[in-house]
Amino acid sequence: MIKVEGLTKDYGPNRAIDSLSFHVGENEILGFLGPNGAGKTTTMRILCGYMPPTLGKATISGYDIVDQSLEVRRRVGYMPESVPLYPDMTVFDYLKYMADLRGTEDSDENVNKVIGIMNLEERSNSYISNLSKGLKQRVGLAQALVHDPEVLILDEPTIGLDPAQIIEVRNLIQDLGKTRTILLSTHILSEAQQVCDRVLIINEGKLLAEDSPENLQSRLTGAQHILLEIGGDYEGIESLIGEIRGVNRIISSQNGKLEFETIPGIDPRPDVAKAVITAGYDLMELRKAGLSLEEIFLKLTREEKEGLHSVENLQAEIEEE
Amino acid sequence: MRNIWIIASREYKRYFADWIPYMIAFVLLAVLGIFFYLNLQIAVIQPGYSPGVEIFLAPLATMLVLLIPAITTRLLAEEQRLGTIELLLTSPVKDWELVAGKWLGGFLLILSIVGVTLIYPLILNQMTEPGIDQGPFISGYLGIVLLGAALIAVGVAVSSFFSNQIAAFVTTLGVFIVIWWILDPVTRITGAGGGNFELIKYLNFSDHFFSNLFIGILDIRDVVYYMSVTAFSLMVASISVEMRRWR
Repeated sequence: MIKVEGLTKDYGPNRAIDSLSFHVGENEILGFLGPNGAGKTTTMRILCGYMPPTLGKATISGYDIVDQSLEVRRRVGYMPESVPLYPDMTVFDYLKYMADLRGTEDSDENVNKVIGIMNLEERSNSYISNLSKGLKQRVGLAQALVHDPEVLILDEPTIGLDPAQIIEVRNLIQDLGKTRTILLSTHILSEAQQVCDRVLIINEGKLLAEDSPENLQSRLTGAQHILLEIGGDYEGIESLIGEIRGVNRIISSQNGKLEFETIPGIDPRPDVAKAVITAGYDLMELRKAGLSLEEIFLKLTREEKEGLHSVENLQAEIEEE
Repeated sequence: MRNIWIIASREYKRYFADWIPYMIAFVLLAVLGIFFYLNLQIAVIQPGYSPGVEIFLAPLATMLVLLIPAITTRLLAEEQRLGTIELLLTSPVKDWELVAGKWLGGFLLILSIVGVTLIYPLILNQMTEPGIDQGPFISGYLGIVLLGAALIAVGVAVSSFFSNQIAAFVTTLGVFIVIWWILDPVTRITGAGGGNFELIKYLNFSDHFFSNLFIGILDIRDVVYYMSVTAFSLMVASISVEMRRWR
């Protein structure tokens, strides 16, 4: 659906994105993660045909974003981060204008459909200036959807919303992602973890990592870390756990709370549970402790700064720790 | 054409959600009304004086120069301020279609306002014997329409460089004053000394109106002049919009 090869954009002497390459498959939700100023918005603007890249090539549904820009723009729905709206128009008129501009044949029907999807029926005759931030965001999403595009590009779709609205928008995106290809940017990592099939981490215009949130975790952590909590008397637990097959080493142990590392490929949790109970300890908790995306993200960006670019380096370092 | 019409019709409708067209129509009709009334008074006092269409065409042209900046400044500058330019530039609309649509919206508004002023020649036609002179009436109004089209195009071009409407307004007004008034004495001065007289005279915006169209002379060169200014300005605006993509 979206193919990007060596995309580079310079603003004067500053390189905003640097040889980005990635692809997004059909009906996939790809999360674009990175701190502010990482180049997310620039990449998205290039893909929507707002501006041309300095170097590199990208296609959407097989159409070149520069040479066949109009074809691309017909197939892409874009919601900019600032959610630009005309405050002096009603919701209906605004959406109809957007639908007409994108060349829909029956714009009234499209508008009514999208108003239904976005639950804006009661507000369709309200002026946009009178809407709350959450409703404006919904109108912004509606304009991106109004011409029924194959690809949706959403720049920080949940920014500035309250928690209930954030959940609502995330659910909506997940629903939309069943029939559409979605590229969304965020700097909220848990959002990417929840919504996206795959994430792409960029920093200072460079691609740092690309994988599903789960794979990214296991790839970076290698061996699993497991947390064990014992209630009451916990004396001698370290030696018990240390002898179980699949346990590589105990990382920490404090007041009955143990963190240990497994040998890659073996999940020792059933054996640990049995051993703990047979030995008469009170088992309170036993769970995997994967790196959160936050930690991955921070590690990746830190490594980047220190000049260690590869994920392999990072993996080796984490294992050493 | 469809895209141009979509943008133009929205722009036209949107004007009426604001007080700007009403204010412009009010000021214009009030000023023309005063001139009209004074000239009728003079005609009553001075036997033999028969006022023609020039009594309101001259103030109409001047008022357009002063009022059109209020119509054009927002056309592109506001899109940039609101950020909606990003939506327009990511819609399947060519840059020149966007510019042409904006221009057409403003031009239609001016046509509507100028249309209302037709009430004065109608009244004058009733009051004078044997009615108004048709020549200056037709060529004069054609001149007003051409002038309006060219001024709006220049305004769109200026607006395309700004995201601040006040800056766009002041600059547009400044440009209009230069091409309408300043070039006129320059033409006279250089005319006295020879030199590039013909070129400056040709560039003089008001000369094409007052020397010919205003007095009933329909010269194709004046029509071409105003149409060229319109086309050139719209081209500049298109390039300016396209440059925005490269920044």
